[in-house]
Amino acid sequence: MNLTLKIWRQKNAQDKGKMESFNVSDVSPDMSFLEMLDVLNEQLTRKGIDPIHFDHDCREGICGMCSMVINGRPHGPKDLITTCQLHMRSFKEGDVISIEPWRAGAFPVIKDLVVDRTSFDRIIQAGGYVNVNTGGIPDANAIPIAKKIADEAMDAAACIGCGACVAACKNASAMLFVSAKVSQLALLPQGQVERQTRVEKMVAQMDKEGFGACTNTGACEAECPKGISLTNIARLNREFFSAKLTSDNI
Amino acid sequence: MSLTGIFLILFLVEHLIGNLLLLKSDGGAAFNEFAHFMKHNPLIMVGEVVLFLGFIFHIIDGIMLVRSNNNARPVKYAVQNKSKVTSWTSKLMGPFGIILLIFLIIHLYDFFRYKYFAPVANMEGTDISDLAQLVYIKFTDPLYVAFYVISMLVVGFHIHHGFQSAFQTLGLNHKKYTPFIKALGFCFSVVITVGMSLIPLIIYYKHITLH
Repeated sequence: MNLTLKIWRQKNAQDKGKMESFNVSDVSPDMSFLEMLDVLNEQLTRKGIDPIHFDHDCREGICGMCSMVINGRPHGPKDLITTCQLHMRSFKEGDVISIEPWRAGAFPVIKDLVVDRTSFDRIIQAGGYVNVNTGGIPDANAIPIAKKIADEAMDAAACIGCGACVAACKNASAMLFVSAKVSQLALLPQGQVERQTRVEKMVAQMDKEGFGACTNTGACEAECPKGISLTNIARLNREFFSAKLTSDNI
Repeated sequence: MSLTGIFLILFLVEHLIGNLLLLKSDGGAAFNEFAHFMKHNPLIMVGEVVLFLGFIFHIIDGIMLVRSNNNARPVKYAVQNKSKVTSWTSKLMGPFGIILLIFLIIHLYDFFRYKYFAPVANMEGTDISDLAQLVYIKFTDPLYVAFYVISMLVVGFHIHHGFQSAFQTLGLNHKKYTPFIKALGFCFSVVITVGMSLIPLIIYYKHITLH
């Protein structure tokens, strides 16, 4: 396959950056999207051009590092997968593909397609933890909790923190991410100790980082590679209101 | 946004019921009686102030929300999001709001201009403002009717997203009830748009068939 790529190039955080066109040839339909970029980067290196910088790590859809907006959609045209799981068979010969970084004030571009997502880390540091010693893996059914609740917590915990929700949201809101992290702990007995403080601190940090507010468009849910549901955002709102009403924190 | 939004939605129910009195073929007597009651009931007079504050909060809150949300993404995408799953009304709440604000200003200007300077009608021996007559005159202008109907369409779009969104914001999302809330919001937006639009359309229709 031969493709035309329009890629965001930006030397550093201060640079203004712009879209640049590249032609890439000899792309196999069996390649992953990142492998296709590897091929382009080899061609660029041979020509003495600075290769395109992009984030990637596990390349199996579980680390949450890859972060590209492909043709206007985070993680590309297919649902429920990350960029690394997207294959070139999803594209046609001669296609023009635009590739941009996540766009959000709270995710500043470091270089090309690499953005700084430490704002997510700071939100987790603010409250996404448990202080009780949870010990080793408990025996099956040792924790008195309904299977349905355990499943809900597990579904929320599937969030890999890639930031596609922020990238997809027209308001660059981080509500889906924060709601998944709050939910996975609020649903389980181990998370009860800091339940109120957690939601207050994480929401405060989210606002401090400059993410937008949720207007319930549902774009985050539509683009989330792990299918995190909007019901988590409703739960976050419930947790937040109840904490604000009843917690001792002034 | 959610609390003031629900409050304004409840107000629209009252507004629609009141307006439907205009369609009664009694030369506007029922509507005038209703308007007279609304104007002189002390509870309603307090309610009017609360309603005004509700609008102000909703508008200011909305402007602040749109501003901070725009600032959250300083550099925009070159290629826009093509996700088909989200409803288009949810993405245009701000622009809808601006159209409705313009409508509201014109609407309130007309309302207050005539509220105290309306011609006089007679209700069981007492003189009251003939507001109905003013409405009938206003809706003989096709441009005004068109402007009104378009605005009501926008109200419908605004409520279509706003109704269910308010429940989600308040944390009220449940497998059992959310589909019902969404359906109810859709029906409500249709009822408001159709009901509110029918009034000027019928009045205008009666006017052109008479003349």
